[in-house]
Amino acid sequence: MKTAPVPELITSLDRPDINGSGRDAIGLGRVKGAGLDARHGTILSLEDINVSFDGFRALTDLSLYIGVGELRCIIGPNGAGKTTMMDVITGKTRPDSGTAFFGDTLDLTRMSEVEIAQSGIGRKFQKPTVFEALSVFENLELAQKTDKSVWASLRAKLSGAQKDRIDEVLETIRLQTSRNRPAGLLSHGQKQFLEIGMLLMQDPQLLLLDEPVAGMTDAETEFTAELFKSLARRHSLMVVEHDMGFVDTIADHVTVLHQGQVLAEGSLEAVQNDERVIEVYLGR
Amino acid sequence: MNQPLTLTATQKAGPKVTAVALGVVLIVLLAMPLLHLLPADNAFHVSAYTLTLVGKILCYAIVALALDLVWGYAGLLSLGHGLFFALGGYAMGMYLMRESAGDGLPAFMSFLAWTELPWYWYGTSSFLWAMCLVVLVPGLLAFVFGFFAFRSRIKGVYFSIMTQALTFAGMLLFFRNETGFGGNNGFTGFTRILGFDITAPGTRAALFVATVLLLTGSLLLGWTLARSKFGRVLTALRDAENRLMFCGYDPRGYKLFIWTLSAVLCGLAGALYVPQVGIINPSEMAPTQSIEAAVWVALGGRGTLIGPLLGAGIVNGMKSWFTVAFPEYWLFALGALFIVVTLYLPKGVIGLIKRRGEA
Repeated sequence: MKTAPVPELITSLDRPDINGSGRDAIGLGRVKGAGLDARHGTILSLEDINVSFDGFRALTDLSLYIGVGELRCIIGPNGAGKTTMMDVITGKTRPDSGTAFFGDTLDLTRMSEVEIAQSGIGRKFQKPTVFEALSVFENLELAQKTDKSVWASLRAKLSGAQKDRIDEVLETIRLQTSRNRPAGLLSHGQKQFLEIGMLLMQDPQLLLLDEPVAGMTDAETEFTAELFKSLARRHSLMVVEHDMGFVDTIADHVTVLHQGQVLAEGSLEAVQNDERVIEVYLGR
Repeated sequence: MNQPLTLTATQKAGPKVTAVALGVVLIVLLAMPLLHLLPADNAFHVSAYTLTLVGKILCYAIVALALDLVWGYAGLLSLGHGLFFALGGYAMGMYLMRESAGDGLPAFMSFLAWTELPWYWYGTSSFLWAMCLVVLVPGLLAFVFGFFAFRSRIKGVYFSIMTQALTFAGMLLFFRNETGFGGNNGFTGFTRILGFDITAPGTRAALFVATVLLLTGSLLLGWTLARSKFGRVLTALRDAENRLMFCGYDPRGYKLFIWTLSAVLCGLAGALYVPQVGIINPSEMAPTQSIEAAVWVALGGRGTLIGPLLGAGIVNGMKSWFTVAFPEYWLFALGALFIVVTLYLPKGVIGLIKRRGEA
């Protein structure tokens, strides 16, 4: 699987400087590889991941692969390890054993949370988390893909193209009229959209979305489904969701987690007819 | 922590009103040292007492501003800013002691029967080197402390307690005679600065003007930072650090920068405080001093820049009146003030003004 990256073949993701400078200045720098290399069609590979908290095994030999441009839904009962899995991918939790690769070359278990975010993985939290004191526009401004070192921020000025991009995203998430409102005053559903908008500004290769439609109205849910489907071509998405109707609308591929392991994988229909899945869901 | 950034509070109340008010305050402050130069029997003469008192409060206002940068914007409550203030003051004090002692040793060293200066006193007879120390000592200490604290992700109340412990440790260290900074008496009895008589009206006036300039500069710097993307990242850091990390920002560098900058501002304020007040001793490092600074900021309004300046002015103005009129009740008044602010003025005096302005 892992071959040495051939420079001219590496999918250059027009990322100007992911090494930054501020982090290195305080001794946090790490020599980075040549960025994301997903030539083999797999954007994320988790293999034999084990995580335990004080004896409780949150993830047991979990293996999961997500293809480039795929929209994958993860379902599973409470405590199945969905959020822990996202924590492992984003570097918040270190696995006890196993490998986690972003593309073919980036070892997620050896990167910091910030490095992972900069290499192109975006995450939406279960509870919508936005910068409440800042305006909607400023939230998007901070999220945009750019040099995020201290020095760059001190001198940053928005270019016309960047402003246009923010306006574009504002339109996509339908918050143009709230652009100058503090994000803390938005409704729950609007905050969800703002957070999705921030992910769009970040322009990650892989988006992890934890219950994105929780607390949304039916119309908002429908709109989110459309949005995700349109994103799936250019980005890879991993969506954790309980709302089966929503999953049915968007997913081409569903993975069922149970007790920290993959229980079943396939189309939603196939998964729903799987005896073990029925047992897990109805047997409780 | 969810209050909208009130940087714009005063602007909403009317940018022109704010600008005019600030301009008037600045003119009054710049006129005071000039009026001090008038002969003492002139009706407009400003006494040395008043000038020194206001100068002292202005130094405190700079501390309040510096504390607000880390607390109001980045959400790091420091209960140890008195340490940086005192270190700046001591660095200046070292120069003043040398200048006043001429070629001999500072008086307190003679009492200890020391025959030569400790190594860290070398070069302090030079004003320039002393100025370097004023910046470097608080700056380096803050940088090293912050580097480890932020690397270990120490936050919230734990961070506050550690800063409190740091200033307490500093106080105990400086209380020792062997440390070489005059023990519990500290430094006093300054006579000259840069060859001028330190109590001469001209010198006092110059020191006062320098303080006003430093305060104005700090305010402008704070404004520039708060309006830059850097300031917005700090606010984001205060409200949702995790989100910020997943956006690809490393919070450590941001915290370290503002933390160190804030300490340096405190050091500079301390350096201007000492020649005006004429004394520096370890009680400036007492934990209560640093806590009082937090009260100034809270009273004025966190995250507003102007607010903490008002807070420092109000509390210290009240303090000088109380300690003359009812000395034994001052601490009760301070406590009551803090409770009232916490209960009824969560956004401080600035919040109150803003509400009036909108009503």
